[in-house]
Amino acid sequence: MWDFPIFPKQASTVAWSVDALTWFILAYNVLITAGVFVCLIFCAIFFRQKRKGQVGSQSHGGLLLELTWAVIPTIICLITFWWGVKVYAELQVPPADATDVYAVGRQWMWKMQYPTGHKEINTLHVPLGKPVKLTITSEDVLHSFWIPAFRVKSDAVPGRYTTLWFEATVPGEHKLFCTEYCGTEHSRMIGKVVVLEEAEYQKWLSEQAEFGDALQGRKLFTKLQCVTCHAGESQAKAPLLEELYMKKIPLAFDKGSPVAPGTSVLADENYLRESIRYPSAKIVAGWQHPSIMPAYDESLVSEDDLFQVIAYIKSLRRGQTPPRIEVTTQPRALGAPQSK
Amino acid sequence: MSTAVNDVKVQSSPFVKTGTGPETYLNHDNSIASWLLTLDHKRIGLMYLVSMTFMFVLGSIFAGLIRAELITPKGDMLSSDFYNRTFTAHGVIMVFFVLIPAVPASLGNFALPLMLGAKDVAFPRLNLMSWYLYIIGAIFTLMALLLGGVDTGWTFYTPLSSTYSNGNVMTVALGLFILGFSSILTGLNFIVTIHRMRAPGLTWFRLPLFIWALYATSIIQLLGTPVIAITIALLGLERVLGVGIFDPRLGGDPVLFQHLFWFYSHPAVYIMILPPLGVASELVTTFSRKPIFGYQMIAGSSLAIAIFSFIVWAHHMFTSGLSPYAAMFFSLLTFSVAIPSGIKVFTWLGTMWRGAIVNDSPMWFAYGFIGLFTIGGLTGLFLSTLGTDIHLHDTYFVVAHFHYVMVGGAIVGLLGGLHFWWPKMFGRMYNEFLAKLSAMLVFAGFNLTFFPQFLLGYLGMPRRYHEYPAEMQVMNLFSTAGALVLGLGYLMPIFYLTYAAFKGEKAPKNPWGATTLDWTATDSPPTPHNFEGQPVVTEEPYRYKSTENKEHALAH
Repeated sequence: MWDFPIFPKQASTVAWSVDALTWFILAYNVLITAGVFVCLIFCAIFFRQKRKGQVGSQSHGGLLLELTWAVIPTIICLITFWWGVKVYAELQVPPADATDVYAVGRQWMWKMQYPTGHKEINTLHVPLGKPVKLTITSEDVLHSFWIPAFRVKSDAVPGRYTTLWFEATVPGEHKLFCTEYCGTEHSRMIGKVVVLEEAEYQKWLSEQAEFGDALQGRKLFTKLQCVTCHAGESQAKAPLLEELYMKKIPLAFDKGSPVAPGTSVLADENYLRESIRYPSAKIVAGWQHPSIMPAYDESLVSEDDLFQVIAYIKSLRRGQTPPRIEVTTQPRALGAPQSK
Repeated sequence: MSTAVNDVKVQSSPFVKTGTGPETYLNHDNSIASWLLTLDHKRIGLMYLVSMTFMFVLGSIFAGLIRAELITPKGDMLSSDFYNRTFTAHGVIMVFFVLIPAVPASLGNFALPLMLGAKDVAFPRLNLMSWYLYIIGAIFTLMALLLGGVDTGWTFYTPLSSTYSNGNVMTVALGLFILGFSSILTGLNFIVTIHRMRAPGLTWFRLPLFIWALYATSIIQLLGTPVIAITIALLGLERVLGVGIFDPRLGGDPVLFQHLFWFYSHPAVYIMILPPLGVASELVTTFSRKPIFGYQMIAGSSLAIAIFSFIVWAHHMFTSGLSPYAAMFFSLLTFSVAIPSGIKVFTWLGTMWRGAIVNDSPMWFAYGFIGLFTIGGLTGLFLSTLGTDIHLHDTYFVVAHFHYVMVGGAIVGLLGGLHFWWPKMFGRMYNEFLAKLSAMLVFAGFNLTFFPQFLLGYLGMPRRYHEYPAEMQVMNLFSTAGALVLGLGYLMPIFYLTYAAFKGEKAPKNPWGATTLDWTATDSPPTPHNFEGQPVVTEEPYRYKSTENKEHALAH
């Protein structure tokens, strides 16, 4: 019973950075707290009233001392702030070669979705020593995805995507919690992260592989009739989506449009998502407002499917938009992991 | 002077007028109607104190249920649903009905006009109305509890509260909406009173520091509270009428709710903590028998905290997909609140240095307050720092931190203030030994309850968890054991202070040798109109005069 842990495992590359900062803040916290307590006790004993009616020294302050205890804490705070920003930047910006995994929270479970199209509940398999980027959303209320051993956390916000990334350094199982209160079974919305050696991970992945997110997305792209308008033809009714991802898109300014003139937007996952769910929110310059595209809400595209459609749009290269009527069979496993 | 009072052996209640005794605000009319319809700020302060104590006991019972459930890692005592309703009730009652009005509505109402040399607050009828709004708000909230409770947490995050929750969200929200006006009107009343009703000679820089703290608090109450009223109205529009504001399915944005909610609820933390900071300043200088160190710095830091409190709200949202630049901005601003808070602690130590400290029980509470506020404030730095907050957000670390600040601060500060002003309120002294024992139990129990929670949070225990991993049980046991000690420490004053109010030894006019008008120019307890004639102020506060020779003359 008494061998309980008081400090969490360090199982990711960023855990060290976060803990170093924690030790730094803790160190001066302990020093200042100890100083205040010692000073309090010292004063209470040595400066206690010795004779009835006695008063203390009648000084009213001292500018130098007052400046000292304003300036020194300011310097300490600025150092802490700056160090905090550096660690935060490390936590926020994933390496370019990070593997994409998607997580959808719902009352009360986590659904993970891999680039292979495979899905699992409350368990996340990741490779050891490889960066993994999680894109997170929610189907209902707010949730929050937390892996204490990795020191990473991000809320799952319905209606938008948030991200976190990590690189696991310790193989085995680590705990996963929902940390944003989400209703009755909040404390049971837990799971585990399984860190596998690279080879094991590839083996696990190939066993689970279905068709690949992007390929599933391509099927949906045809099934949902996106291709009818987003076609590579001169009389197409909607903009072509090839090589759209992460491009700066100038937006249309119109009387009814909510955007200011001259605005442009980065075509990231959140923009793609918004344009599917609420097509009229941000119209590309040169197209009419409001949009003629129907809004694809949850009844038409679930959050899981939406990830796949977006994965497909992200993978679309020049000249790859499918014809309106598919006649040939598709190439195999677009977006599936390449086996070396 | 004090000997003369002690000779009179009056053992009857201070609420009943006897033939020989002086007329006081307590005994000049003791019919129930005279209390319920009173316009006297002192009586209204006491009515707040009684109603708030009732709510505090209720909130503590819910806290006890939470700690009892967390003795074991499995959710075996309460159902998940009941547990969620329990911590929601605990949070709502403690935050809105205890901590926010704690010091300003009770001690503030009682002491503010006395300290200013005024007969009452500027708008006595409005003051009574504020108390009734508090009671109506409380009735709505208690009604919601009786009807089955609410399971959203006190933060009412959308879309859980607006769409998914099956609790009595709107009944509570309506109660809080009404309660908010009590807070707004009290703030307005205090601001006008401080501007317009100061005694001749009582210039701004001669104001007692408690008044500065109440002034800063009132600004927040007046400017911040309408925002929560608007937020509640919007929540109602969505929940009742289905207007899409926060739920993305209806075209809304759930993060907008967090912005609006914290725009009020962060400054609200300073509504809770600024007045106890003012109380601490009064206690430290009075019992150190020494002028406060850096009067203007303390007064200025109260205003600085009030202003900064409005521009740090998004530090509650660092993990909710906030833009990284906004996160950096709010992190930096949050550090700016740390500086004036630190200054306050250092100036108290500077005041005690080379003082002639009288270690009476109010000072013991002040020590406890300074200790807990220091730990609470410093641990806040882990949360304002972006790199560490991501790991700690929504964990028990946060729970521990805000209890240190809000409970260690507001409640211990309130207890200190109550022990300080009790002789003025009732003209009776309480048992000094029991008071010191209570101060020690509260300090020890508090640390035993909440210190393990810092470790639990860093280790990986999320907030609002009904069940938790088994390896976290030992620290939860410490926490529950501490809660028992803390509960005892809280319970004691309810009994010995109440006993003292009726049967305590008679208190002299100014038992602590304080220098402000509430002590020097009024009786204990004060007459219905506070002062005989208009008191005049001729010097700065906290000029303590040695009475060594005079005391000798009196004693022998």
